[in-house]
Amino acid sequence: MGKVIVVTSGKGGVGKTTSTAALGAALAQNGERVVVVDFDVGLRNLDLVMGAERRVVYDLVNVIQGEAKLTQALIRDKRVETLYLLPASQTRDKENLTPEGVEKVIASLKNAFDWVICDSPAGIERGATLAMRHADVAIVVTNPEVSSVRDSDRIIGLLDSKTVKAENGEPMEKHLLLTRYDSARAERGDMLKVDDVLEILSIPLLGIIPESMDVLRASNVGAPVTLADGRSAPAMAYFEAARRLRGEILPVTIPGEKRGFFGKIFGRKAA
Amino acid sequence: MNDVLTQSRPIRLKGRSFLALALTPELPFDDWLVQLDALASRSAGFFLRRPIVLDVQGLELERAQLRDLVSQLGMRNVRIMGIEGARSSLLGPDLPPAMADGRPASDVEIPATDETQKTAPAESVVSPAAPLPRAMSSIVISQPVRSGQSLLYPEGDVTIVGSVASGAEVVAGGSIHVYGALRGRVMAGTMGNSSARIFCRKLEAELIAIDGFYLTAEDMEPALRGKAVQIWLEGETIKAEALS
Repeated sequence: MGKVIVVTSGKGGVGKTTSTAALGAALAQNGERVVVVDFDVGLRNLDLVMGAERRVVYDLVNVIQGEAKLTQALIRDKRVETLYLLPASQTRDKENLTPEGVEKVIASLKNAFDWVICDSPAGIERGATLAMRHADVAIVVTNPEVSSVRDSDRIIGLLDSKTVKAENGEPMEKHLLLTRYDSARAERGDMLKVDDVLEILSIPLLGIIPESMDVLRASNVGAPVTLADGRSAPAMAYFEAARRLRGEILPVTIPGEKRGFFGKIFGRKAA
Repeated sequence: MNDVLTQSRPIRLKGRSFLALALTPELPFDDWLVQLDALASRSAGFFLRRPIVLDVQGLELERAQLRDLVSQLGMRNVRIMGIEGARSSLLGPDLPPAMADGRPASDVEIPATDETQKTAPAESVVSPAAPLPRAMSSIVISQPVRSGQSLLYPEGDVTIVGSVASGAEVVAGGSIHVYGALRGRVMAGTMGNSSARIFCRKLEAELIAIDGFYLTAEDMEPALRGKAVQIWLEGETIKAEALS
């Protein structure tokens, strides 16, 4: 049985899709079977970031409506053979996502894959709540600024109340992925510092992804940043986050930073 | 026999609160009873099987008058479980026991609304037996209150071991204790308890209120921001001071 991860944030534009693709590719490069699922019906992007937009035939809504089989809708990545994409529909309405349909699809994906990573749409409406509903683990993507942090806090509240796990009284495993982090700006006070964000959200830190042109470059060529340039700073940060997802305990660092800064971040742990 | 006696468990006494109707009679009682009869005739059985508390606060009464009223009500099938607001000299073993510390609850809908202003019973939460001191109930929340979450506890005190996030809301009938940063909105003493207080480890609240009197973040003393603070009500003014 695979693990279902939801990548969520509340706020839009913080890096959910980028992180879904990057973590998916990082996990798959280790030989594990990974499927990334786009839940953003009507505004799909994951296919672009994965570079699969010209190969989409069937999508999540087709599968839920019984118009296509799951195996027909899954797109295998050309670079990593254990990485698959289940695209969202760009034309359909998100009302077509039914709770029962989503549950069935997630259950069959769980049987076939080691990791099912669901890319949640922004917001707290139907699409977002359905994406998180069957998750075992949640990755909360947050930028170091106040509106993103407050929206993430809201999402954490929903994760603790609206998921199947929460309804069964089980604790929901949640991780914070801090993206677009610029240590120089945080030091100047233009951005929230890592400690401030952790103090407000009080969930464990999965990783800090530095603000970088490499991320933009990678999505423009249609590749997850962990496949486009594995040596870049954001890619290395995502690789480390993927290792933490597997259960490894690593000190959180920002790759490409000077040593002096490492010291401050070493051994960081959230409450 | 002795064995049974020595091993028997102690009698258990527990406090419990119930909802009762508080009926407020007015002098002269004869006229008031006529109005009550009018209400009862429009909606037979309104008082049947309901626990009723008689609120005689502020009435100049003789003991005989009160006893007469209770028996008059008894003849109308209105059974009085207790009397609120009466001097202890008024009450005796032949009258229902005194009730104290009633807390207001929401109004009860009366079957017919016209001409019934005077007999309008207000619902009231009544503590069980008067001689027992009433303990305010409380709850402890051991996780942070997140943005968008709303915690309502009109029964008493709320203790939160964690933070109250910006955009979160805590409403308590009693005091509110936050062992963490208070960034959201908190309202203490909402059931009319002006002695309720708010305590927090770190004050960054958006709004605080006690018994309906409130302060927004803008009106709060800037020097107290980020500090451990207690907040209370003095008359109609919200006071706050740092906890050293």
